[in-house]
Amino acid sequence: MATNPMHQFSVHKIGPEIKIAGVDISFTNASLFMVISLGVIFTFLFFGTREKKLIPSKMQLLAEMFYNFIAKMISDTAGTKAKPYFPFIFSLFMFVLACNMIGMLPYSFTVTSHIIVTLILALFIFIAVTTIGFMKHGLSYLKLFVPSGVPAILLPLITVIEIISYLSRPVSLSVRLFANMMAGHTMMKVFGGFVISLGLLGGWLPLGFSVALTGLEILVAFLQAYVFAILTCIYLNDALNLHH
Amino acid sequence: MELEAAKMIGAGLAAISLAGAGVGIGIIFGNYLTGAMRNPSAAQKQFPNLLLGFALAEATGLFGLVVALIILFAF
Repeated sequence: MATNPMHQFSVHKIGPEIKIAGVDISFTNASLFMVISLGVIFTFLFFGTREKKLIPSKMQLLAEMFYNFIAKMISDTAGTKAKPYFPFIFSLFMFVLACNMIGMLPYSFTVTSHIIVTLILALFIFIAVTTIGFMKHGLSYLKLFVPSGVPAILLPLITVIEIISYLSRPVSLSVRLFANMMAGHTMMKVFGGFVISLGLLGGWLPLGFSVALTGLEILVAFLQAYVFAILTCIYLNDALNLHH
Repeated sequence: MELEAAKMIGAGLAAISLAGAGVGIGIIFGNYLTGAMRNPSAAQKQFPNLLLGFALAEATGLFGLVVALIILFAF
């Protein structure tokens, strides 16, 4: 039995080793669970939208609920101009949510608990948002770093701070998701270890904690997917509606 | 001091940052409850902001955890 709480995050190869130009792109358990997540999303939305009835079935109701949830979030935070980016944010939210939720199943693997996965997602968002901002506003997008209504003496300092905070967006976005998932899963494994080590007599208390933690982790899994999507919307809002 | 021991102490010190996250989350939820008690009709509208603030405050504490992990495993 694996007693190390970090053991659950180990990536190992499934099947043969594939190398293209010296880069190892073998199929791992991480890739397997990404494929499973995509399969779950696809099946869910396929059966949810197969029969489009006026009085929806349960699956259609769920799919519509997710759609409305994201559509409302985008219109609330980024306005009507962000409507064309709905498919991107919807798929982003569904992917992160599916990865987090599938990670909650025992013996499964949490893809989002690896910083490389979340960092690539966050970098993609960062580059896309910056490109959109420059495309919509040209060089005046740089006004984002110079807030209006600031005294002239403070302006150099504020501009530097704004630039640093803008550049740290991909880092904070990715580390938030990765650290939440990793810390939560490690904590669950540690409490699971306590159940075994305390035995039949004292193991009931950590067992209760474990059950409560599982509930909390499901909440966190949803919350982090939501926060990831809503922060993307906020960044998009900066790029689309330049206020300063 | 031995390097291993210093690493352990450093990782433990990095975990102190979680205290700040605890204070921050407490302030956010406490103030939300205060506001919600004063004006319950406006509470539902601010719920997304509550979750956002919670996640932002929690993340700063988790950065400390990342520092601890880097000390323990990366060096």
